[in-house]
This record gives sequence, C-alpha cells and structure tokens, in this order.
Amino acid sequence: MDAIILQILNGLDKGGAYALIALGLTLAFGTLGVVNFAHGALFMLGAFCAVVFNKLLTLEIVRVDPTKTTPWGSPLEVKTPYVQAMLGDWGKVFIDYSVPVSIVMAIPVMLLIGIVIERGLIRFFYKRPHADQILVTFGLAIVLQEIVKHFFGANPIAQSAPQIFSGSLQMTEAIVYPYWRIIYLAFSLAVIAAVFAFLQLTTFGMVVRAGMQDRETVGLLGINIERRFTIVFGLAAVVAGVAGVMYTPIVPPDYHMGMDFLVLSFVVVVVGGMGSLPGAVLAGFLLGILQSFASMNEVKALVPGIDQIIIYLVAVVILLVRPRGLLGRKGVMES
Amino acid sequence: MANDKLIINRRTALKTGLAGAAALATPTFFIRNAWADDFCNMPKGKEVTFGFNIPQSGAYADEGMDELKAYQLAVKHLNGEGDGGMLKTMKPLALKGNGVLGKKVAYVSGDTQTKADQARATAKRMIEKDGAIMITGGSSSAEAVAVQSLCQDVGVIFMAGLTHSNDTTGKDKRAYGFRHFFNAYMSGVALGPVLAEAYGKDRVAYHLTADYTWGWTQEESMKDATEKQGWKTVKAVRTPLGAADFSQYITPVLNSGADVLILNHYGKDMINSLTQAVQFGLRDKMANGKKFEIVVPLFSELMAQGAGDAIKGIYGTANWDWKLEDAATSAFTKSFGAAYGTPPSQAAQTCYVQALLYADACERAGSFNPTAVIKALEGFEFDGMGNGKTLYRAADHQCFKDVLVVQGKDKPKDKFDLLEVRKIVPASQVTYDPSIFGGELGSKDAKKCG
Repeated sequence: MDAIILQILNGLDKGGAYALIALGLTLAFGTLGVVNFAHGALFMLGAFCAVVFNKLLTLEIVRVDPTKTTPWGSPLEVKTPYVQAMLGDWGKVFIDYSVPVSIVMAIPVMLLIGIVIERGLIRFFYKRPHADQILVTFGLAIVLQEIVKHFFGANPIAQSAPQIFSGSLQMTEAIVYPYWRIIYLAFSLAVIAAVFAFLQLTTFGMVVRAGMQDRETVGLLGINIERRFTIVFGLAAVVAGVAGVMYTPIVPPDYHMGMDFLVLSFVVVVVGGMGSLPGAVLAGFLLGILQSFASMNEVKALVPGIDQIIIYLVAVVILLVRPRGLLGRKGVMES
Repeated sequence: MANDKLIINRRTALKTGLAGAAALATPTFFIRNAWADDFCNMPKGKEVTFGFNIPQSGAYADEGMDELKAYQLAVKHLNGEGDGGMLKTMKPLALKGNGVLGKKVAYVSGDTQTKADQARATAKRMIEKDGAIMITGGSSSAEAVAVQSLCQDVGVIFMAGLTHSNDTTGKDKRAYGFRHFFNAYMSGVALGPVLAEAYGKDRVAYHLTADYTWGWTQEESMKDATEKQGWKTVKAVRTPLGAADFSQYITPVLNSGADVLILNHYGKDMINSLTQAVQFGLRDKMANGKKFEIVVPLFSELMAQGAGDAIKGIYGTANWDWKLEDAATSAFTKSFGAAYGTPPSQAAQTCYVQALLYADACERAGSFNPTAVIKALEGFEFDGMGNGKTLYRAADHQCFKDVLVVQGKDKPKDKFDLLEVRKIVPASQVTYDPSIFGGELGSKDAKKCG
C-alpha cells in the first residue's frame, strides 16, 4: 500500500510537469494552429533563467591572495559573492532562495522570448503545412539548445532548493516524500488553475476562447485577434518557462532537458486531444501516474521493460478507441 | 651533329641493361622496410596525423572537451613545445621531443556526439579523408567498442579514451585496440573491501543500473565484489538510459529492506539519480538498524560538479586524480593548469597518456607499422605517468595499475576540490585472469586501410 501511495505521488509530480508543458503546447496549437516543436526548448530556457539568476546573485569579487598559490603555481584567487558582501546574511538568504525568486525574472524574460519567436519566426509559417512548422520549430529548438550549450557547457548545472525545503516530509513511517516535489505539485496545480481562470474569467480570455473556436468571426467583429494570439503564445512560453524554473532542483538542468520532455509532451497532447486544454492536463497526470506504476518491481516482473513503453502503448490504445484523444474537439487537425 | 647525341650504341645499351637487371635482382632486405611499411595511412611527408575522436556535443561533451585539451597539450609536448609535461617523468622514454620518428605531429578531430554510430562515422572519415595513422578518444564504452572494431577492420591503431566496461578489453577486445583506463571489474575489487570496512559486512544492497553494456558489467562486478564481503543483493533494477526523473525507481528502494543503494549510472544519469536519491532522504534514513548509504562505483570530477552537495561522502573509484603527489601528476597538472586555468580531469589524463604511449611505441618500434607498434605496446612496462608502475598486458591490451578509491569531500575548497583519495589499491590486487571475460584479439597483420 505504501509503495502504491508513493508511486501515485511520483505520478502526480511527473504529471504536473507533463501537464504544464502540454498546456503550453495546446495553447499555442489551439490559438495559432502551430505545432511547436520548440516548446521543450522553452522549458529548458526557463530552467536556465534560474541558472542565470543564480549566477548573477553569485557574481563574485575576486581578490588575489599573494601568500597562497594554486597547485600549478599561479596566485590563489579568493572569491566572495557581491550580494553577500553587500547584504551580509540577507545576501546568503537571497542566494538560498534563488530558484523560487528567479520566477520574477523568468516571467518577463519568457514572455519576451515567446513574443519575439512568434513575431520574428512563427507568424511566417501560419499558412504553411504542419510539416513545415514542425521543421522550422525543431530547427529553432536545436539553435536555442546550441546557444545554451555554448554559454553553459553540456554538463548539468546543479541548482538547490532553499535549505528549508531540501529535506523530505515523513508522512508515515514508510512514506517519505521530498518537500520540493510536493511544492512542485502544488505549484503546477496553481499555474494550471491560474491559466484556466485567466481564460475563463477575463474578457481577454473570453476573446481568446472565441478566437480558438472561430477565428474569422472574431476578426469580423473588429477584434485584433492576432495580437491577442501573440500574447497567448508569450503566455504559453511563460508557463513552460516557470515549469522549467521550478524543476531545476529536481533534475539539474542541461541544454538537452527540453528534448527529453518534448516527445512525451506531444504524446500527452495527442492522448488528451489536440487543442483541448482540460484534455492536456488530464492526460498529463494520467500518463505520469501510469509511468510510475509501470516502474514498480512487481509490474516489471510480470511484463519486463513495460516502464519504457507504457506511455506509447497507452497512446496507441487510446487513439484506437478514441481517435480524437480523451477530450479532443471535432475538426481539429482533421481538415 | 645534333642527332649524334641521341644515338645509343650497343655497348651503352648492354651496360644500362645489366645495371637495371642487377638493381632488380638485389634482395629487398637491403632496402630497409621497403615493403614492410606498406600499411594503412603510412605517413609520407614531414608530418604524421593523429585522429582525436571525442564527444564535443551530447551528454559527455564536457569530458570530451577536456580530453581534446589534453590531446592538444600532448601534441605540443611531443613536438618539443611547452614545458614537456610527463615527457620529463616517463620511464623508459624513447621520445626525443622532435615529434615521432622525426615527423612533426599534426592532428584532426571529430565530434562523436556521444553516440556510437557517429563515433564510428567520424573515425572512418579521419582515417579515409584525413589520413589519420592512429585514432584515440571517446568517453563511453559503446563508442569505444564500435570504433575499436572499425579500427581492427581497417588496420589503424585505436588508443581508447575513457571507457570503463569490462567488454572493451574483454569479450570485444581487438588486437588494434588498447585501453589505459581501468574497468568495472577493477572498480569492484578495489571498492569491495573499502565498503565492507566503512559500512560493515552485514549489508543489503539494492542496485539501480543503466540498461546497456557498461551498466551490466558494472552491476555484475559490484555484486561479485560486495557479496564476497558478505553483503546480500536484494534487487537489481535496470533503468532506461537518459531517464531524467528516477523517482519511480527510487521510491521502491525505501521499503525494499535494503540499507545500501548502489548506483551503476554514469554521466547525466548518475547526476540525476544521485541528486534525487538524496532528495528522497535516503542518506538520512535508517534501515535494518544502520544508516542508509549510497555508493557510486565510478564517477568523475565533472560529474561531481553536476551533482553538487549530493556527492559529499559518497564512495567511488577513479583512474587518477590531479591531487596525487607524485612528480608525474604534478608535472601534468602544472602544464594543464598553466594552459587552461583548471586542473585536468581523469578523462584528460588517460587521453594524454595514451597519446604519449602510442608515440613512444612508434619511436621504440622504429616504424609506424601497426604490427610493430602493437608488438612494442604489448607487455610494455612503464612508470612516471601518474599511476605508478603500469603494465600494458599483451593478452588483452588492458593496462594494469593502481586504482584509487575516492570519496566526495565534505568541505571542498573550490569546485575542483570535490574528491578525496581514500585508498590507493595496488595493481597486483586488481589484476585478473584475462580468460574470465573471453573474447579474441584477432589478426595483428598490417592492412591497406581495409
């Protein structure tokens, strides 16, 4: 029983990340009709916002200590972070909380990156076939990856959760779960709720939803739907970005992390139903939980290797039974 | 009169004919190596080209870049530039600091992208297009096994870089392939007694293993070594290569009855699984009345940097460490540090040494002919390369030398000071019978580029 509860928690946690990425993908697809293969790279860029923020906070004053030398004979450099030198103990606290605080930086940065990508590249591909969109966005993902690799190297860069959240919560004697993973789950639920609230409760959201249903009619009403869709693309980038920021203490980010999630997220979108936001969220959590259960030793003993194929197996079954996915709308990608 | 000069009389024709016949009849052994040197990429000009086949992208790119720096330094030292590095300490030494056999060393490099098929393709390109006399490098066993087999087919020597699978010089060994780096078996033998001493003999281990050749051999070697010390193995679970989130594999460990987790992971997998295992509180946990422990049989300084605080106190093994106190290590660390501003990694050291060993073998053989070079390397005993007395065993082309047991440092001074050498296990203790891993070396004959 304990093992099952732990795997449900794992699945919810994984599902949170899948759902956030798939949500952004569906937003871009539902509004702009673009199959965005660069979405995983946006998740990675978000994670690197946390890395950059941490690096900025830990910029150091370098003093040369002439009395000591390095093993290869040059004078030893003594380094102290500026923030710590200026703010003392508060500086230390600030550095400790660099991951959650970096969301403040990630939101405008990711919004800007999203808008620039949409205006500078993707809008030229709206009327092109989906294959062209896939090629150009995949190319963009590779370019973004290589830029990050050039500046940060290929090795993962460890980011720590604030000290207070670095341990784990002892729920029962046998159930232990890391604080940060619980926070990540709560965070992903909050972001999903915020995105739905934004689309359901604001006028802007209402217009966007109307545009998703019938872009032409909304345009005929004199509403500049294109500009709103650009902002929605920026919003999708922000969702992917903040998901990336908060994920850094769980998996140390490297330039390739977006690709690791991209294929899975597309499966999530297809299973959930192309263009369906609730479908993306539902499928994200469902596949996360199934993946966790398939990795249990008892399940693997029955079907060896099931943990590596479960997601694709489920995708095949769901698409055979419900070709539009779990909550797919009629007419999306069916023309 | 002008036409007279062109007239060849009978006597001249006879003289020329006789001289020609005599020249053709001269036994070929009077002309040194006239036919013997007809082999793949025989250097003809004033230069000889080495092929550095390293991952410049993909999961092991950082290690690859460190390897490339080491190779560039080796080329400098071979050509008599810079401070000479380990050429000052290597014994015996045939190299003169004027290149190899009087030819200046040049190099080409290829990006393996940390993929076996790409590594094979770049090695092939360097052999066929760039005329590389020798291929060296690699940062994974899958790459090493693939490139080694290609090199055997075309007749070019392969000096393996960082590869730790038993298979490289075991079931997949080749006459044209040589490995200086240690292997999974040696890690197990070196680590077993240290673990028993540190954590006791009554322990229950749970393995998480990367699902490919290196992971399997590492798991097998660690199981053997720990069970010999009295440990039990409760479960060994294979994990897919490149799984970013290992939580679903870690949570079953919590209630498995194990009190030690052995992570047979390398590179990014190791960084992720170790970080997450620590987050799940495994290191703060008590199991079977003992403190729960995590062991990572192989890790490098670069991986330790990626894992951050999680590496503190973790036991593992290493081929070499820049903090060793012998003259050769100091000389190499000084050269590398002065050139690049960082100390060299163990990947850098093994690659640097391999380049020097190949060059020295050519010098001793007096030829670039691979058959002669293989003969010169087989059974070669040397010292002054940072690992103590070392033997290149003829039977499997594996180097035997001391193995380091290392531990993540609790209070590192900086990001280069992450590991502490806990024990130096002498070569005699990690030496094994070559027949246990099987495999055949195959033909040592020189070939004309396959």
